[in-house]
Amino acid sequence: MTETTTAPTPVTRPEEIARPSLGRRVAGALGSRAVLAPIIATLVLIAFWEALVWINGWPNYVMASPSDLVPAYARYWELFLVMGWQTLWRTVLGLVLAVVVGVGLGMIMGFSRTMRDALYPLLVGFNAIPKATVVPIVALMFVGAHDFNTVLIAFMISFFPIAVSVSIGLSTLEPEYRDILRSLGASQSTIFWKIALPKTLPEFFGALKVAVTLAFIGTNLMEIVSPHGRGLGALFDSGKTNSDYPLMFAVLIALAFLGILLYYIVIVLEKIFAGWAERSPT
Amino acid sequence: MEKLIDIRGVRHTFRTRTGLLPVLDGLDVAVDEGGFTAVVGPSGCGKSTLTRLIAGLLIPDEGEVNVHGERITGPRSNVGMAFQNPVLLEWRTILRNVLLPLEIVPTKLPRKEQEARARRLLSLVGLEGFEDKRPSELSGGMRQRASLCRALIHQPEVLILDEPFGALDAFTREDLWQTMHEVKRQEPFTGVLITHDLREAIFLADRVVVLSGRPARTQYVLEVPDTGPRDLDHLYTAEAAEMLNLLRHQIEIAQGRAPAETSAEAPAPPPGAAARGMH
Repeated sequence: MTETTTAPTPVTRPEEIARPSLGRRVAGALGSRAVLAPIIATLVLIAFWEALVWINGWPNYVMASPSDLVPAYARYWELFLVMGWQTLWRTVLGLVLAVVVGVGLGMIMGFSRTMRDALYPLLVGFNAIPKATVVPIVALMFVGAHDFNTVLIAFMISFFPIAVSVSIGLSTLEPEYRDILRSLGASQSTIFWKIALPKTLPEFFGALKVAVTLAFIGTNLMEIVSPHGRGLGALFDSGKTNSDYPLMFAVLIALAFLGILLYYIVIVLEKIFAGWAERSPT
Repeated sequence: MEKLIDIRGVRHTFRTRTGLLPVLDGLDVAVDEGGFTAVVGPSGCGKSTLTRLIAGLLIPDEGEVNVHGERITGPRSNVGMAFQNPVLLEWRTILRNVLLPLEIVPTKLPRKEQEARARRLLSLVGLEGFEDKRPSELSGGMRQRASLCRALIHQPEVLILDEPFGALDAFTREDLWQTMHEVKRQEPFTGVLITHDLREAIFLADRVVVLSGRPARTQYVLEVPDTGPRDLDHLYTAEAAEMLNLLRHQIEIAQGRAPAETSAEAPAPPPGAAARGMH
């Protein structure tokens, strides 16, 4: 594009640049294609699954088909609601803890090179331990504190990506950003609130999307393993002991549904707080 | 004219992992009030360190940096900075980016007048109508214009430009040179420009300081005649060619590609240009 001092040519036509209100932007994102495409994909997958079971003539203890799930949901819908809610709140609480601790650790490692060098190997080592092995240890350490244990595992499995992304976001802040504000006499905390924090938000939300699914894994590990557990994991376990195979599959689908639900909540939050990072397609 | 910036006998050494790295050794730079001094020198000779000294972001090991006769001991709010990287905040509109310094520097200006001033500056650099756009919607040259407005919004005593046009294409750069003259006419400032571009130096500045290779000291100072607004034709005159030759020769000496003794045989300064060596 050409540049003249007096009359700059717009990069894009004004009507393309005009920013619609937030509500409209969210509505636009949920517009026809964004909603229709995943629904169609889901329907295709269900049809494929049904056909696969039907063609192979598998009994439902090998693989339940989608049509087997409907009676399971109809029969246990109350249990699904109660257990689903238990799984959901414990996962969300674990996630909130993961965000608080992860952001805190990320800030420490992002601002101090020494702390980064000191903590990184510890964090990586901790993350490398399979959480399935930690579950029985935690269950024994805090016997009976089922809610606490579950939240703890959900937290332990999901804080790592958040801590890493925040620390990278902060430590890769170009020095010029800092200089611009420091030369005006701004304090470290002003620099953090005005520049470092907002600039790190896109990375933070990227990590949060990973953390959401991880937290579900954590919650369910604990719910399945601990005796007399609650939540969808316990429902899965009871399906297993009663050889109710359609129930087991139904639980898996319910978990997937909750995962998708939380994921999209994160997407909406991201659009609100870090929507600026999204480049409009040109 | 009174010296606004007076840097005298500055020495500075960086402590790096591989040992001590002297960057500045015998640096003298003077900038008159309302003047515009360009600093040129070989790559990595410590030019950017100089900007950090003036901004108070770095205190030299030895020597002094005075602004308005007052020794600098830390960051003061009366400087404006613009870098090669425009570092605009992507989550803010252009207008709110320009207003950023006023959120930090104490100001008596009511909010409405702050905005009016930001809009006036933006229209001065040709960004009228782009106030509510995001930085990502602007071209590189336009972002640099916005960055310039941000550096000027709080009416700083000193405008520090660290290779602000270095990443732009030749035509955009020449456009911006002319914008700079227009801005200086309407919003007078005292400027220090770090650059690699000798044409840019003699086109914008009234004084060009040549630094030696690392550790940098002041090697040569060229006074550019005919200050004030000028157009690009001035770069294609015989006087300009002579000044450029002179500066290029000094850069070669700084790079160690030409022996310093031959400086006596350097082309004579153009008539009207007072040049003085600093050995």
